[in-house]
This record gives sequence, structure tokens and C-alpha cells, in this order.
Amino acid sequence: MATTITKPETLVGKRIRRREDPRLITGTATYVDDIKMPGMHYATIVRSPHAAARIRSINTKKAAAHKGVIAVFTGKDTQKVGPVPCGASLPGLRVPHHHILAMDRVYFAGHPVAVVVATDRYVAADAADLIEVDWDVLPAVADPEKALAKGAPAVHPEWPDNVAFNYHQEGGNVEKAFSEADVVVKQRITSQRLIPTAMETRGVVADWRPADRQLNLYSSTQIPHLMRTLVAQMLGLEENRLRVVAPEVGGGFGSKLNVYAEEALMGFVAMKIQQPVKWIESRRENFLCTIHGRGHVDHYEVAAKRDGTILGIKLHIIQDLGAYHQLLTPAIPTLSVLMMPGLYKTQNVRADIVGVFTNCVPTDAYRGAGRPEATHGIERMVDVLAAELKMDPAEIRLKNFVTKEQFPFPTATGLTYDSGDYAAPLKKALDIVDYQNLRNEQAQARKQGKLMGIGMSTYGEICAFGPSPATPAGGWESATVKIDPTGKVTVMTGASPHGQGEETTFAQIAADELGVNIDDILVLHGDTAVVQYGIGTFGSRSTAVGGTAVYFALQDLKAKIKKFGAMLLGSDDVSFSGGQVICNKTGKSKSIQEIAAASYRAMKLPPNTEPGLISTHFWEPPNFTFPFGAHIVVTDVDRDTGAVAVRRYVAVDDCGNILNPLIVDGQIHGGVAQGLGQALWEQAVYDDNGQLVTGELMDYAVPKAHMMPRIESDHTTTPTSVNPLGVKGVGEAGTIGCSPAVVNSVVDALAPLGVKHLDMPMTPETIWKLIARSKS
Amino acid sequence: MNITTHINGKSYSHDVEPRLLLIHYLREVVGLTGPHIGCETSLCGACTVELNGKAVKSCTMFAVQADGANVVTIEGLASNGKLHAMQEAFWNEHGAQCGFCTPGMIMASKQIIDRNPNPTEEEIRHGLEGNICRCTGYQHIVNAVKAAAKAAGV
Repeated sequence: MATTITKPETLVGKRIRRREDPRLITGTATYVDDIKMPGMHYATIVRSPHAAARIRSINTKKAAAHKGVIAVFTGKDTQKVGPVPCGASLPGLRVPHHHILAMDRVYFAGHPVAVVVATDRYVAADAADLIEVDWDVLPAVADPEKALAKGAPAVHPEWPDNVAFNYHQEGGNVEKAFSEADVVVKQRITSQRLIPTAMETRGVVADWRPADRQLNLYSSTQIPHLMRTLVAQMLGLEENRLRVVAPEVGGGFGSKLNVYAEEALMGFVAMKIQQPVKWIESRRENFLCTIHGRGHVDHYEVAAKRDGTILGIKLHIIQDLGAYHQLLTPAIPTLSVLMMPGLYKTQNVRADIVGVFTNCVPTDAYRGAGRPEATHGIERMVDVLAAELKMDPAEIRLKNFVTKEQFPFPTATGLTYDSGDYAAPLKKALDIVDYQNLRNEQAQARKQGKLMGIGMSTYGEICAFGPSPATPAGGWESATVKIDPTGKVTVMTGASPHGQGEETTFAQIAADELGVNIDDILVLHGDTAVVQYGIGTFGSRSTAVGGTAVYFALQDLKAKIKKFGAMLLGSDDVSFSGGQVICNKTGKSKSIQEIAAASYRAMKLPPNTEPGLISTHFWEPPNFTFPFGAHIVVTDVDRDTGAVAVRRYVAVDDCGNILNPLIVDGQIHGGVAQGLGQALWEQAVYDDNGQLVTGELMDYAVPKAHMMPRIESDHTTTPTSVNPLGVKGVGEAGTIGCSPAVVNSVVDALAPLGVKHLDMPMTPETIWKLIARSKS
Repeated sequence: MNITTHINGKSYSHDVEPRLLLIHYLREVVGLTGPHIGCETSLCGACTVELNGKAVKSCTMFAVQADGANVVTIEGLASNGKLHAMQEAFWNEHGAQCGFCTPGMIMASKQIIDRNPNPTEEEIRHGLEGNICRCTGYQHIVNAVKAAAKAAGV
């Protein structure tokens, strides 16, 4: 009989390879498009080619008559379904009714207007081409600043100013701070629209079982439980009759932290045709119709003393919302406001946001979601201030950091930073690059006319979302741990990992706590019929909140194990370690396997003792966590081509305790790649007619292997007291820390030419023009 | 049209539409799940398979063009239950996160080593240009290719 060996060695903190990988490296994982069912049909969605237009009529006759087509639906058929939900609320927020298929008007290029259902995906695509829409094309506006101008086309006719909301927040005394300042620096800073570009596009399979009144919905999502609640409402179905499964999910980055029209639409179709239906988003649709990120135009003012002490910050954000609110659209820029002081102790801040409708696909959470914008802003401004005061960028940061004695630190925006030592990663990064020598080298390079830049960012982020009062859907996470009669352990997490490796890290936690072999542990997630209600994976929360729920469920379970062990050993004086309950007097022991078996046989149980070994814990965090770090980037700019070469990328990140260094490194690398993408290459470009010009991978430049530098990753470790694991979260750190460090580096490189600021992406063309202009 | 293919060591005969893409043939007709569709425009490489020994993007070929060909997909790499060195290296080096690009990435990586058993980092990165990964920043993938090359050299 296979037995579990007791193993004294702990796994938390070890660089162990992932337990989810065997299915991924053999091509046997099941993503949505891998699901096949008897009688399954395929749906193709007909979308608007125009950014703004009235629909005079839709003729579906030819499509419906096409061989192999079994149904065609338009907005008239689906008008009772929905609306697509917005989960965020702000005072005075204007919320347009978001039908799952357009009714008489479309608001962005890609807006869904009809769905064709056929026996085969090729046939569905053929038939979609036969649908005739009579369009009355209207003027569109795709730029948020233009949308605010007088006389701009109204995205929604009922709100001619295109303003969805105004938001104001302040802390301290900003006017006083500015009146006492020796210097005030101002800068307009943009964080351009980005396209998340998960490698797996979205997709849905819907399977309606009329006899059971049961809808099974397989969707590539980060939030299966929230989706169940919201899609059930959209369809008018009882929530317990909807099962949502997030199978293998091929990346999300926030773009699948949403409920889209297509999920309810496929549910509707399956219920109508009484057959399973599959819809897989094309890459073109993914670019046009899945949320974008960022979309900020920020106006910053920073007041300071001549010695570099920052006194106050003013920020005005113009947020490009797109045509609708998706799940969290209007809430994202409010996160930027929360993090606007960065790591600095200034207590005087004022922020205003104007949320603007445009004829574009909605913006929403994309890796970092509001915090990269805030970090980019403050970290650029600190460099702008340093340049104005002729101070070293490291020195000015060290002068203004919240010091390690000041934690927990209440910020001017109402947060409490949990723990930190902000100087530590910066000093470490400066050491790694040998900063003083690097500056000397730069001075020499400049004498030779070379454009070499050294840039840094010291970022802080708000993670582990979060305390429920501050999180629209609730910020807790859930876990169930059960031990079967044979002693095998199953962990069910309400988080929904899709690449972050929690099947491994949660098993590491459970193996250590229970003293069992990691191979005896299975981690399940992503199926609402299997897993207790949960929130999902986003906001660098899964390990810090979901992992903590697992930890507490394990503590409950250990108490039960101990109780059963005591009963079997006939002693109250027992301890639990290494997978054994041991009698402290006799030294006799019972293994977890023996105890599990006995717990299910339920023999000789004391009164009021529940048989079995299972425990569920819903953990509500008392605070967010605040990871931080320092990134230093050395660049060389080619005078002839304007190309930026990243010579060194040093990232020193502090995400609290590290459960698995291999996975943490992977998160940092991937995060930096997305930050570097924003800094140098990526931008969703709409033309004045609202057409997405960067609508394919040919035009939207995500980083490829040869474009990425080797990242030198290091850490400092400052555990959080918010959770017993001491972990802070690391999913977004790389992205948040990256873009300002790169821009600061390139601005530094071009400083001899009089350049004080650059907006992203810093393409060779942009830089070449600057260089050319400086020559003339 | 009738085609015969040899996929991962097995022979198949099917009557297919001339317009059927090879990737759809592999996935829908043969029933494989390894090759993925990430773009359908030959830009992302998730559909990369080996056709007569050369890595190709199966979304940019018709199934009928593969008539008579030997095709190896990610499912065909392991032999007798033993992972291919490149699969093992991707596992050891954490070369996969969400896993969607991984089958194509491993096939492209294998091709790099097949053509050049001892590639430099630059050559590896150049060799991976046709495959997009959005999760890893490529560093662990590059490490995996290096590790596989080293393992093969031992």
C-alpha cells in the first residue's frame, strides 16, 4: 500500500517546479476551445464596422437560409437579456444601458449586432457575411480630450458633454502647501490605451440541460463565481441553476476580470436552440471588443522646498472610459488617486477625475489597473522635480520616503501602508548597478556625444484586494480543505488562478501545515459546482488573500485532526507535527492517514463530534498590502535611428515573504515585459473616425523574445502583518515598477538635448524626431 | 478532398474541404488539443507544429497542403512516457505560466536546438521571434532552451 512519508523538510520558500505544468507542456490541458460536446454548434458574432451609427434595419434572411445555419438573433431577440453589468458605483455616475446586442444604435467599432449559429465554425462565418445592416453613419469621437471639447459628437445623445462622472478627493491642506513652496513643477503625462492581449482570446461554451433547468457555462474568465451571480441575473435564471467553469485559462491580465455580453449571449443561444454552443473570440475581436487598459491624460503639479522636500501634489485625470462601463471601468482611475502619493510622505494631495465617454471599446482593469498610471505619474514628477532642482534622482527619493519607523503609515488618500523599508530596495539596486561608477561612465559617454541614460523608479502598489468595504464585490477569499478516508488532501480555493501557479504554492502551504507529501495534495479551482463561492484572481490577491484563507482552513482542520488523534490515543495531552498526532506522555502516535480513516468510520466519537475531516474558511483581510521596490534601467539611445536599447534592467522587489522564488521571478519578468511594452512599443491607436488602427498583432507591438532585455531580479523581504503568511502579492509589481524607470532613463539619456519629458510609447520615430529637432 | 497524413506516428485519411486550415484539421478533425489558435494570422506561433521536420505555423497552411506529410505536434514529443528534453526544461525552468503559448513555444524551441545544438542567448531570442508569450517576459523560456541544449550536450 502506498503510504505517505512524513517529511520534516518545509516547502514554503523553496524554488520548486510547478504542479500544473505537466498538462501544459504536453498539450493536454483543456482550454475553452478544447471542449467538445455532442450536438455542439458554433456562433459567429456580426459586429459594427462603424464607431457610431444608427441601425436603420438588419436583414438576416439570407443568413438564416444558409445551409447549416440553425438560428440568427439580433438585438430585438435579446433585449430582455442583460444589461451587461457595471459593478462600480460613484456619486452621480452616468450608466448607459448596455444591451448584449445593439438595439438601434452602435457606439464603438466592434459593437455586437447579431449572432449566427451554425453546425460548423466555417459555415457560421460564411453566413455572418450574408447579414445586411443598413447603417446611418454618425460622427464619432475617439479621443477623450476631443470628446470634452465644445461641439464634440455626443457618444450617448442623452449626455452631450460626454462626461460620465466627476470625482474629487483631497487630503491635508494643498493650498497651504503650494503657497509655502519654493518651487512648483507641472507636467502633462499620458498613460496610453493598451490592449491586454492574453494569448488565449476569450471564449464561451454554453450547454443548456432543459430537463434539469441547468445551464453550464464554460468561460475563459478570472472570476467564475462573480460571473455566475451576474450572468444568472442577466438571463433571469436562478443562480443555483447556473454552473460556471473556468477551465484552463490562457492569461487574463485583468481583461477576463469581467462579465461580457458574449457570456449571457451564449447562455441565451443555448437555451433557445437547446443544443450546446461554442463561441471563440478571434484575435481581431479580442482587440476590438475585449476591454483595453489605461487611457489617461494626467496633469500633475508638485510643490516642493528647494531642498527637495515634497510639500503637496495636485492631479487632474482625464480618463478615457470608452463607450460603456464594463464591470469596473469607472473605478479604475480612483485607484490611481489612492496611490498618487507613491512612497512619499507628503500629506497634502488633491485629485480630480473626469471620466469621459468615447466611441471606443471600454477601458477597465489591465495589469496594475490604475496603479501603473499613478506610479508613472509620481515617479516622472519626482524626476522632473529633481531636474528642476538639479538634484540626483536617488537622493530626492531617499529624502522623501516614508521611513521604516513610520509604519503603519496613514496616507493623505486615506490608506494605511502596512509595512515597508523603501530605502532598502533602492539602495540595493543602486549597489547592483554600481551607481556612482555608472554616473561617471555616463559623464564620459556624454563627452563623446553618446546618449546614455540612467533611470529609476521606486514604486509602491496597493495589492491583495482587499478589505470588503473597499471592494465592490467583497474582498474576502474562501478555501475548503478536506482529507479523504485514505489521507489524501484536496484544497479548493475560491481564487481562480490562470498561470500564477497557485496549484503549486497552495499545495506548498498545505504540505507544510499538515506535514504530508505534496504529491498527496490536489488543488482545485474554477468550477462553481465544485468550489465554494469565491471572488477570483486579480489585483495581486490570490496568494495574499486566497492563500491566507487556505492557511486558516488548515488551522481549523489541524484542530480537528488533533482532536481525533487525542481520541484514538486516549490522551488529551497531544501535539501535532510532521503529519502525526503524538501523545506527549507515551510518545505513541497516530498518522494523519490513520486519523482520517478513523474520522470517517466515526467509531467511538465523543458526543457532539462531527465525523469527517473538512474545513471551510472565508477570510476577510483587515487591510490591503503594499508591496514596493526599485527598478533601475540603463539605456542607450541611437542618435541615428532613435532606437532605445536597454543595456541593464535591475529590479529589486519587496513582495513580503516569498513562497516560491521560481514563480515570483516569473511574475516579475512577465510584469516587466508588459511595462516595457507600454514604455517602448504598445499603444491602441484609434483614428478620428473611431477605427482601431492597431487592430492586429501586426500593428500592436507586444514584446517578443528578441526585444526583451535580461532582467536582473533581486529582492528585499519585508513581511506584512496583514496576513499570517506575511505575503504581499507580486502579480503586478513588475508592470508598475517598469514604465517610469524606462521613461526616466530615456529622458535622462536625452537630457543633453534639452528633453525634459517623453510620453509613451517612446518609439524610435518619436525619439528620432526629437533628436532631429535638437539639431536644427 | 481526400488527404492522408501521418501525425505523431499514426496515419489518418480524411475527406476535407480544400479551405480547411491545418490547425483546424489537427484540432477539429484529428482531435488534438496541443496546437492552439492565438491569432489565425501567423503572428503568434501558438499553432506551431513540425511538418516534415520543419517548424510551421499550422494556421497559415491548408490541411490539403499537408497531404502525405509527417506532422509532429506537442502531443508527439514525449516517447514511452518520457518527456522530451525541451518539455522537461520548460518544466524545470518555469517556462510556462498560463500555458497557452507553450506547445507552440516548445515546438519552436525544439527547432532552434535541432538546427543549432549550442545556440547563444541572442540566437535563441532570434529563433523565438515568431512566437509570442504574454506571461513570462521570455527569460525563463530562454533559460529553458539553454538548459535543454546543455542537457542534450551532456
